[in-house]
Amino acid sequence: MNVYLDHSATTYVDEDVLEAMMPYFHDHFGNASSQHTLGQEAMNAVDRAREAVAKAINARPSEIYFTSGGTESDNWAIKGIAHAYASKGKHIITSAVEHHAVLHTCEQLTKEGYEVTYVPVHPSGEVDLDALKAAIRPDTVLITVMYANNEIGTIQPIEEIGRIAKEHKIFFHTDAVQAMGVCDIDVKAQNIDLLSMSAHKFYGPKGVGVLYIRNGVKPDKLIIGGAQERSMRGGTYNTPGIVGCAAALTKAVAHREENNAKIAALRDYFVEQVKARIPYIVINGGFEHRLPNNANISFLYVEGESILLSLDLEGIQASSGSACSSGSLDPSHVLLATGLPVENAHGSIRFSFGKDNTKEQVDYTLEVLERTIARLREWSPLYADLKKSKEN
Amino acid sequence: MAYSQKLMEIFRNPKNVGELPDANAVGRVGNASCGDILELYLKIENNIIVDAKFRTFGCASAIASSSVATEIIKGKTVEEALALTNDDIVKELDGLPAQKIHCSVLASEAIALAIQNYREGTDGASQEEKMV
Ligand SMILES: Cc1ncc(COP(=O)(O)O)c(C=O)c1O
Ligand SMILES: [Zn+2]
Repeated sequence: MNVYLDHSATTYVDEDVLEAMMPYFHDHFGNASSQHTLGQEAMNAVDRAREAVAKAINARPSEIYFTSGGTESDNWAIKGIAHAYASKGKHIITSAVEHHAVLHTCEQLTKEGYEVTYVPVHPSGEVDLDALKAAIRPDTVLITVMYANNEIGTIQPIEEIGRIAKEHKIFFHTDAVQAMGVCDIDVKAQNIDLLSMSAHKFYGPKGVGVLYIRNGVKPDKLIIGGAQERSMRGGTYNTPGIVGCAAALTKAVAHREENNAKIAALRDYFVEQVKARIPYIVINGGFEHRLPNNANISFLYVEGESILLSLDLEGIQASSGSACSSGSLDPSHVLLATGLPVENAHGSIRFSFGKDNTKEQVDYTLEVLERTIARLREWSPLYADLKKSKEN
Repeated sequence: MAYSQKLMEIFRNPKNVGELPDANAVGRVGNASCGDILELYLKIENNIIVDAKFRTFGCASAIASSSVATEIIKGKTVEEALALTNDDIVKELDGLPAQKIHCSVLASEAIALAIQNYREGTDGASQEEKMV
């Protein structure tokens, strides 16, 4: 059986979305900036896509900018605001659990003389709002806090952060890459000035995303070139990608509640069963404000990559926060920020469910997982220590 | 990541996993915070390693290199086992991704430590037990 449980890494392109995109690869291949009919057809498609994306977050079409994805949107928002408003101040507030697209961009800015405060999170993964408020200084220009976390699924108190930012006249950017099509997003009600999204996380194509920029907010440009995107972002319009992004978001929003309910039920069943069947586990992150699709579990006394590869050998794809699978020597900064000891972080696995997963797949995964953990524990000197200490 | 087929085959079916009740040389290297731990058990008779087993907490390359190392040193003299290098192990695995080399060095380190414990006459049981 093949079971994909890595939807937070990426999703496949939904069949309807693919169908919507297809005409723009071949028959309607025009450059949306061309004056002739082929070009104007493409521009019409881009315009319709822009309207659809705007509608999904209660923005205006003029506030929607298409980009190459979440990473570019995050870079643009953060560097763009920092540079454009440097005369106002050079202090940025973010959280300890951001995606590297945000964290490394902030680190880059510190090399240019900016100061960054990384607000800690509670064990649930939610940012400490008191610490966030306390971090605000007269020279703070930007608060950037993700909408929902990619590793543990924690949904941040975005409305409160929006209110705090507005009160202090600080720009507020949110990386909503994991939240699109899942959370009910209203940029006006939530006082969001800039918002990043990425189509491949909601059954759209890879390499296309959006930055929403509230009218009146003027970040510096990131990608300089032609007059595309109202001269704010150069580069020939990726018409099929843009059309796919909008079609995917529209579909995701239309089926949001039913998909959320179905996915949460599967996820909850999975977590309950893991708890009942496998000893010595830690469920990472809180469950009160969490994406319906995310389960992040540490299996103590075993290492994440060996779990991941064992599952993969049996057709199950998930993801690990262990150092050895990430290619760096450090385990997940997100898990460590929630207070998880390093040892436990090494054995963590993220299971992220999708709209087409079934109960049969979950049952199969549980069976393989139970067997895999037992086997790897038999190989583990740490588990042997545990057993010996129990005998004594 | 790109592990070799051979490594994946060994990871799927590692040899010599488990404890050796009559081991007279034991070495444990690595620690839980760095992500890999290898405990090696050797039975040495007349300077020959007559049996070798291991337990490993770690990634696929740590587990596979433990398996390969125990296979190689069985039947070898103590000196021959000490001469085993990390390169030999990596070669036996048909190569390793660069960031994974550090996981495989545990094997040669464990051999050295187990033999050192043997020569010093300590059984290599975990230090905690001795520190009452
Ligand atoms: C929270 C978050 N931000 C940003 C990104 C980067 O998006 P993209 O892959 O479109 O560059 C991801 C995806 O990996 C993500 O999960
Ligand atoms: Zn390793």
